[in-house]
Amino acid sequence: MFYRLSGIHHTGYESARRLWPVPADRWQVGAVLVLALAAPFLVSNLYLGSYILPWLIWSAAALSLSLLMGLAGQLHFGYAAVMAIGAYTSIHLSQAGVPFALSLLGAGVVSALIGTVFGAAALRVKGLYLVMATLAMQYLVDWVIVNVPAISGGAQATLRTPTVTFLGLPVETLTQRYYLALAWAVLLTLFFMNVKRTSFGRALIAIRDKDFAAAVIGVDPFRYKLMAFLTSSFVGGVTGAILAFCYYRAVTPEQFSFNVSIQLVAMVLVGGLGSAIGGFLGAGFVLLLPIILTNVIADLGSSGWIDISRNLMSHLPLIFYGAMIIGFLLFEPLGLAKIYDNIRKYFLVWPFRHSRS
Amino acid sequence: MAYFLELLANGALVGLMYSLAALGFVLIYKSSGVPNLAQGALIMAAAYAAWLMVSWGLPIWAAVIAAAGVMFLFGLLVERLLLRPMVGQPVIMVVMLTLGLEILLRGLVPGLLGAAPKPLDLGIGLAPVIVGDVFMNRAYLIGGVVAVILIAASMLFFRTRLGTKLRAVSDDHVASWAVGLSVERAIAVSWGIAGIAAVGAGVLWGSVQGVDWTLSSLLFPAVAVVILGGVDSIKGVFVGGLAVGILGSVIPGYLDAYAGGSTRDVVTSLIILLTIMIRPYGIFGREDIERI
Repeated sequence: MFYRLSGIHHTGYESARRLWPVPADRWQVGAVLVLALAAPFLVSNLYLGSYILPWLIWSAAALSLSLLMGLAGQLHFGYAAVMAIGAYTSIHLSQAGVPFALSLLGAGVVSALIGTVFGAAALRVKGLYLVMATLAMQYLVDWVIVNVPAISGGAQATLRTPTVTFLGLPVETLTQRYYLALAWAVLLTLFFMNVKRTSFGRALIAIRDKDFAAAVIGVDPFRYKLMAFLTSSFVGGVTGAILAFCYYRAVTPEQFSFNVSIQLVAMVLVGGLGSAIGGFLGAGFVLLLPIILTNVIADLGSSGWIDISRNLMSHLPLIFYGAMIIGFLLFEPLGLAKIYDNIRKYFLVWPFRHSRS
Repeated sequence: MAYFLELLANGALVGLMYSLAALGFVLIYKSSGVPNLAQGALIMAAAYAAWLMVSWGLPIWAAVIAAAGVMFLFGLLVERLLLRPMVGQPVIMVVMLTLGLEILLRGLVPGLLGAAPKPLDLGIGLAPVIVGDVFMNRAYLIGGVVAVILIAASMLFFRTRLGTKLRAVSDDHVASWAVGLSVERAIAVSWGIAGIAAVGAGVLWGSVQGVDWTLSSLLFPAVAVVILGGVDSIKGVFVGGLAVGILGSVIPGYLDAYAGGSTRDVVTSLIILLTIMIRPYGIFGREDIERI
């Protein structure tokens, strides 16, 4: 149909190596990018600030985590703590007068260092034990942030982000913050897609599939697992800083609690492990679906269609969220990215059903 | 000195109640290799079930037995509907599935039955038990005794005919099939028994701190117990529980005044981290031989 070809047939390495080999996909990416750039002029500030902006930033966070979970196959149940380190570092650096661009880098470096220390546990253990080690990291980092007043700004305190300029451009109004978040999301997406084509990315995938086998063909699991933790924690820290400066603007430790870590893992799984588009779809789905469904049921309740208690109402998001995780794992373990891929492949060869795709 | 002994005694008793929460985790991991992160939510659901029975007018002992029956069936159901389709999937999928179940239960059960803390009276009374000059919480004391009894019972259970089958299944699925054991049924039974263990933990903890969603956060100390003791060892649950309870009581007892409170979570985290770094399979756990 709109793909205007029946299967992909490469005639040279140049075309086979492209990020988007199909012309229709390139048009699609371009259209989405144009829409994203025009979004501040298309939608109201309410939607931009409370739906699109958090969606972009959480997508970036999901992509950072997907680098570790999807490509390298290392579980991380304390990723919110990594982002918290980034957020707090960047705020303190900015308050100390460091230019914002440098404090973003600093946030990444500190997150990467601390994240790698905890990730070093991954060199000994895997599976369940890695989950528990990262879980312990979450609790330890939370406790340190809450109980060291120099970091959190005192018990129960919120730390306001200072006004900053990014490379001379002010980051103050909603539109400016949106463009900064968009730039980071685009940069991270490109990085993510390109990592998969490098020897580094292929080494990570080899380790994910079987670390012994990877060691046999000369990929050092020790080195590459550490590098995976380092890279992922770096981008996670920067994303945490972007989240703090562009969206929250006043951070408290609760914004990076254990539940947020679970939410991030859920985004990666619902979207699809190791898929760039999956990061965006998963973040959107996990963020928005419980809100939308709860609103629908609230409307049904208030118009008298169904009888629902206020107490159950307040628990609905949790219920949908849990049911969504279970449902995806049972019926489509590869997530939304796989569903998208199935639809795309169907149309790619349409109207023929048995052509190469 | 009396302060230290008091922390020690109460810590040990709390630790035994932790091991009660950890028992179900170990039972399931031992038989099927599934780390059940929903065990905390199962405990919460069990406590709600017991509370519901009591509020229907049953005496407490009948309510506990009825709740045990309900949770046994619930365990079977979870295994049949959720876990069996996941056989052969990577461990992250199974971990996330149990986590999804945890979130679902944490929303569904308080959502349907009420989120406000509910009292669950076991008829224990509040007066502390005094031995020498050490004050012990009476509920903790009874909880500790029940925990010891239940742990001993599950050790004996693994010597019965059914228990031997479960041990065989936990050793090797394929070999168990070859000698004619039903691996599926054994795993289902272990989920059912984990449900019953959750009733023990849920009723005791529910009587101490009231029945509400916070019961599900018992998962974290339970996980520390399991990791420290060895994830497939009942003996480890007992020893690990004592260790986590005592360390989690004595250290905060002296440090909270300086470090600004809630050092218990830090102690628990450090126990997990240090165990994983020094001896990942725990004190009594079996060292796994990895196959390619």
